[in-house]
Amino acid sequence: MKRRTLLAGAALGLGLGLSLGSAAFALDKVKACFIYVGPIGDGGWSFQHDQGRLALEKELGDKVETVYQESVPEGADSERVMTQMALSGCNIVFATSFGYMDAVNNVAKKFPKVMFEHATGYKRDSPNVSTYDARFYEGRAVMGTIGGLMTKSNKIGYIGSFPIPEVIQGINSSYLAAKKVNPEVTMSVVWAYTWFDPAKEADAAKALIEQGVDVILQHTDSTAPLAEAAKTPGVIGFGQASDMAEYKPSPRVSAIIDNWGPYYIKRVGELLDGTYAQGATWAGIGDGEVKIGEITEAVPPEVKAKAEEVRDAIAAGTLHPFTGPINKQDGTPWLADGETPDDATLAGMNFYVEGIEGVIPQ
Amino acid sequence: MLITLEKRPTPSRGWAIATPVLAVILTMIAGGVMFALLGKNPVEAIRTIFWDPLFNPDVASYSRPQLLVKAAPLILIATGLSLGFRAGIWNIGAEGQYIMGAICGAAAGLALYPLEARWIVFPLMILAGALGGLLWAMIPAILRTRFRTNEILVSLLLVYVAQALMASMALGALRNPEGGGFPGSRNLSQWPAAANGELVANTGLHWGVIAAILAVIAAEFLLRRHILGFDIRLTGLAPRAARFAGVNPDRLILLCMGISGALAGLAGLFEVAGPAGQISIDFASGYGFTAIIVAFLGRLSPVGILLAGLLMALTYIGGELAQFMLSLPSAAIQAFQGMLLFFLLAVDVLSNYRIRLATKGAA
Repeated sequence: MKRRTLLAGAALGLGLGLSLGSAAFALDKVKACFIYVGPIGDGGWSFQHDQGRLALEKELGDKVETVYQESVPEGADSERVMTQMALSGCNIVFATSFGYMDAVNNVAKKFPKVMFEHATGYKRDSPNVSTYDARFYEGRAVMGTIGGLMTKSNKIGYIGSFPIPEVIQGINSSYLAAKKVNPEVTMSVVWAYTWFDPAKEADAAKALIEQGVDVILQHTDSTAPLAEAAKTPGVIGFGQASDMAEYKPSPRVSAIIDNWGPYYIKRVGELLDGTYAQGATWAGIGDGEVKIGEITEAVPPEVKAKAEEVRDAIAAGTLHPFTGPINKQDGTPWLADGETPDDATLAGMNFYVEGIEGVIPQ
Repeated sequence: MLITLEKRPTPSRGWAIATPVLAVILTMIAGGVMFALLGKNPVEAIRTIFWDPLFNPDVASYSRPQLLVKAAPLILIATGLSLGFRAGIWNIGAEGQYIMGAICGAAAGLALYPLEARWIVFPLMILAGALGGLLWAMIPAILRTRFRTNEILVSLLLVYVAQALMASMALGALRNPEGGGFPGSRNLSQWPAAANGELVANTGLHWGVIAAILAVIAAEFLLRRHILGFDIRLTGLAPRAARFAGVNPDRLILLCMGISGALAGLAGLFEVAGPAGQISIDFASGYGFTAIIVAFLGRLSPVGILLAGLLMALTYIGGELAQFMLSLPSAAIQAFQGMLLFFLLAVDVLSNYRIRLATKGAA
């Protein structure tokens, strides 16, 4: 499958037409700079981006020089860090958190010759800003399938980070997949309002377990929820962003792995050969950007087979995690029988599907 | 041979000035050793932290103004705190007052959104910011004067209350209705009537910097020329004598807590309307706590605080540069800043004690 190009910007009122050829000159050597929201040792999101950076170094050798800064808070500090990166000679800056959005666009305006790549964002105010994202919701459907078949209490818990579309896609996708294999299943969502805070994430997991939840999904980046799950026999969870293999075979029974290396290699390679252009990519399991970590022996073979079937069908494009009929939480119809949403609709998802309890904080 | 410490009758003036310099030198040495152990060139690391933000041809034109941006809230808060600290009144909760100033100031502004009359909006925000910090500081102050509670504990614990309030504001009352579900208020720095932007392009000079400089001048005047400054110094040196001299301790507590709260609130307002731009969950970046370090680094004197604030800002900006230029872990920079405080407190002993070498038995 070809890497799909997302025009979510159009739906978000930013206007169509990504101008092409913003950097149509080749470079001999590229200095690529990365800014991370967490420490590279978080074992999840930032760790995985850093793995991508290392893959880039390994692939392109002495044609690329990389630098990074970890634990940069979203806000005024990130704007300063990116400005200093641009001033110190970075050719391309990868900003790897949603909350860097305004800062990326502010800095990019001042440095038209430096390329900026913003992960999971949607604003591309100047021609040197591109966005890239992964279809995490595809992986969530696989996790939801495992969770729905594995739960004994029929209660699945989800630790949400922020109530933004990317996270809501994951909640809806995993719920729908679980419901498909287990109609009895219910889902409760706890909002942690952080991407990385082991203490808060552990608290959230504890609260869910006390409610009788025995399958925990997380959209936060630390291994703390898995550590918490390990304390209660029978509770399972999944690696988030990274494999989190140290919790194998249980409670970590599988994982959604972000694989950013190929994208970083491609973009920097384009800078080197002069074919770089502004873009907005959204790649999934089929493109290898989202990977499903090993399903461990804690999962019965028939459950594993079912999960792999879902994974392969999504990769082949024969199954879309959001296939109608689906109603919104309030009962109004969203997708008709057999219908699938377009990317713009997905990118702006701000509602739960029918059957999920609770309200999205507004 | 034994080393004995002999208390000086009065703190040494010479050492009081020399110790901060000595502490910085010791930090450079110990930090250099740490950087060397991490496999980095220590000279290069120290140079990147202290020299590059000021003189590196690539980045200095940007980092120099950023020094002011980073130092202004530290100086503003520390100046207020130093008044109380001198009188033995320990407001440890400036972080909370800083947050409340930001919330109240931003709320006052956002209530008028999208009014374009800057002459109404901005002064009102400044007033609300100062008032928010002042009222938050009045809680521990009044509890102390009325019920003799400990202001250290109360002011500190109120920081956590303020942080929770900040999070609930970012998610609820002050959330940007056009923010697509993400927590955080409207961006004040993008609203001309409320923005605390640069007054002169590329200088970093914003209203918070001006307020910080004014606060330093006012505090210097207060301590040298005003009766309140005399009361503060007297209470700090000899509380009993102060009482005999007619100083009302409760009034002094209310005044010192009030001034420090209002200045912290102002710092919060200038930050939220300028560099930070919005009320958000992680708005609080610890300026209120770092300011305590700055106050002591500056020997509780206004001019000293001005210099200490700039030095602290330099370690932040230089620390960031060192992180991505030399791939130093962020924890190493924090450890480096921690060393600075440690050595500062450690060498303090030199200004209060005389070191004597004595041979055993000789008495």
